[in-house]
Amino acid sequence: MSQVLLSLSGLTKAYPGVVANDDISFRIGAGEVHALLGENGAGKSTLVKMIYGLVKPDSGAMELRGRPYAPGEPRAARADGIAMVFQHFSLFDALNVAENIALGMENPPPMRDLAARIREVSETYGLPLDPFRTVGDLSAGERQRVEIIRCLLQDPKLLIMDEPTSVLTPQEVDILFETLRKLRGEGTSILYISHKLEEIRALCDTATILRLGKVVGTCIPRETTARDMAEMMVGSALKTPERSGRALGEVALDISGLSVPSPSAFGTALKNVHLTVQQGEIVGIGGVAGNGQEELLGVLSGEILTEAGAVKLMDRPIGRLGPTARRALGLLTAPEERLGHAAAPDMSLTENALLTGAVREKLVHNGFLRWGATRAFAERIIADFDVRTPGPDTAARALSGGNLQKFVIGREVLQNPQVLVVNQPTWGVDAAAAAAIRQALLDLAAGGAAVVCISQDLDELMEIADRFAALNEGRLSTPRPTAGLTVEEIGLMMGGAHGMEVAHV
Amino acid sequence: MDLSAINPVLLIASLMVAATPLLLAAIGELVVEKAGVLNLGVEGMMITGAISGFAISVETGSPWLGFLAAAVGGAVLSLLFVVLTQLALANQVASGLSLTLFGLGLSSLMGQSYVGIKPPQMADVHIPVLSDLPVLGPILFSHDPMLYLGVGIIAAVWALLKFTRVGLILRAVGENHDAAHALGYKVVRIRVLAILFGGACAGLGGAYISLIRVPQWTEGMTAGVGWIALALVVFASWKPWRVLLGAYLFGGVTVVQLNLQAAGVAIPVEYLAMSPYLVTILVLVILSADKSSAPASLGRIFHASH
Repeated sequence: MSQVLLSLSGLTKAYPGVVANDDISFRIGAGEVHALLGENGAGKSTLVKMIYGLVKPDSGAMELRGRPYAPGEPRAARADGIAMVFQHFSLFDALNVAENIALGMENPPPMRDLAARIREVSETYGLPLDPFRTVGDLSAGERQRVEIIRCLLQDPKLLIMDEPTSVLTPQEVDILFETLRKLRGEGTSILYISHKLEEIRALCDTATILRLGKVVGTCIPRETTARDMAEMMVGSALKTPERSGRALGEVALDISGLSVPSPSAFGTALKNVHLTVQQGEIVGIGGVAGNGQEELLGVLSGEILTEAGAVKLMDRPIGRLGPTARRALGLLTAPEERLGHAAAPDMSLTENALLTGAVREKLVHNGFLRWGATRAFAERIIADFDVRTPGPDTAARALSGGNLQKFVIGREVLQNPQVLVVNQPTWGVDAAAAAAIRQALLDLAAGGAAVVCISQDLDELMEIADRFAALNEGRLSTPRPTAGLTVEEIGLMMGGAHGMEVAHV
Repeated sequence: MDLSAINPVLLIASLMVAATPLLLAAIGELVVEKAGVLNLGVEGMMITGAISGFAISVETGSPWLGFLAAAVGGAVLSLLFVVLTQLALANQVASGLSLTLFGLGLSSLMGQSYVGIKPPQMADVHIPVLSDLPVLGPILFSHDPMLYLGVGIIAAVWALLKFTRVGLILRAVGENHDAAHALGYKVVRIRVLAILFGGACAGLGGAYISLIRVPQWTEGMTAGVGWIALALVVFASWKPWRVLLGAYLFGGVTVVQLNLQAAGVAIPVEYLAMSPYLVTILVLVILSADKSSAPASLGRIFHASH
């Protein structure tokens, strides 16, 4: 590394009850792609928020090009040439692309000039974008282009990218990497935050690994194996879920010719979906978020009703049945959004256990609640799935994402389903908990249940699924056995690169 | 029954007067809601503005000072809403409702000694030539200055929201306050200013009733116009010119039904009296069928968490 662009020394930030960052020091060289690795809750987000001026450190100092750097607000950071692409996009759905970009600039030119510059930059970097489209209508990949172009227009010296590839297809990831390599060639430094190790090995020059708010190591990703990096992140040896040979039984779930419109304005309609799942089988459904995953879950859970014959459970048409009736028959679901969909945030774990467990665990008797049995059920979930919580009376909101996810999945798994449908079962969950959840799904299938796992994490699907299909704009591809499936093929199933092209210059 | 007694020119001229309080209150609330805040206290701020304006213009003899006081009065009352919702992060619906109740009570307390008094008149504008035109003169060019100010505010808000950076930031804050905060915009400050503007506009609307439309002070004289203003903003799909259209429609049907009552049409008075509400809502529901776009953060509490 020739020249240091940004150096951090001793950065510390504490929130009540937790030290998010503890004495963090490292340097980012000019023209370097620097990876910041760590589990959820390792303090990556807090750290970049300090660099971007959103959070002030309690102690420690930063230097930018050898001069002290202490941005009071994002505006100051932007003025110093630091730009950031957020993990959860900071975009405004109802505004158009140009307006969104203007909001992220200090002195935006008049709209017409800005539109011309957006076109120019987007073509140079192979990220085609129409400045006058409404952002709410864009795909996740296109939304990310908006964020990137917003940054590029400010000619940044340091570009911070927080988990940029979680919403992209493999082809889109390749194109993004081309763009980033080109930026590096022009001397722009990139701070790249991710927990996808293969990506980091492909792109980054150096990596700093955080665990529980501390720097626990640095490495050259090209020369380190993904497994070694993962173990540095987690701090212990990883247990890979075991897949045992399973005998497939009868067809448990049969979806045929299913077409439904989406209930939400920015949603995706499902178009002619066919899928059968046998007992003992796990079918993985991949695809970029927003391509019909939520609608598919809704159709299976009974939140969206269809023609009776479109969804069959053990040969019985259930398309007109609501969620409770389906639960009684043994079709259980765990939706993606933990707070508000899978669990009621302000209710206790006991109450949440009751909400989906009432029918199958017989927790209601003549309209009266059996609190004793409910509490016992909640305690069983907590014990079996290693949910870290003071007890079943804790509010769901108070649990960390990973713990709540274990509770939500455990609650369904313990009800002994015939068919279990999960959406993003390990989203935002640390590696150890994710491995436990995957193992539970595998065990469930080994016990003869049919499992549909909708996920954006392709590695996860390759690890547990027997067959893989992808959702693309509401259409489901033909499922294929995961054994022998290449990333290339998966990418094509997911709809390819959505019209992106490689940088021209 | 004598329909010939109804003079169409006077009718149109008076519908604009009838519409102005609603128009002022609604455009203020539109700005508030565009910033993502739902202030249900419009009625309370209007009636407070009505008595503040009435009292000051009686005491000073100047309707202009009265309107100024009305704007200040409405804005001061909305400060209470600011404290509750922006600083104490209280629920906006409950805070807005209590603001209305509080405003109604406060105004009747303030207005006890002003019942039965006539306020000073605000002179109508007289533009040479234009005001003397037949038909057009009385309709367009012979009103009080506040009526033109109301239309001016509509145009200004429309231009501000559509063409300026300030308007873009305001819309952004209402659309996604977390993203706006992440980009470094002062969400709370922008919302406070929008709420104060809404309060001032509501106050002006209230004073227009007590100083020009009626003109006298009666307890509870805004009679639900603030609620209509709230509905108008929604049915106008948060578009300034539709607010104007809706307000004039409401004013128009109000004036027509009053004239019909006076002319002794054989329809029960109750039906005539409810007609402005029905017609306005019906028309605006049909208009808003296209793409009714509420600001996505409307009514949600913003807390700048880490």
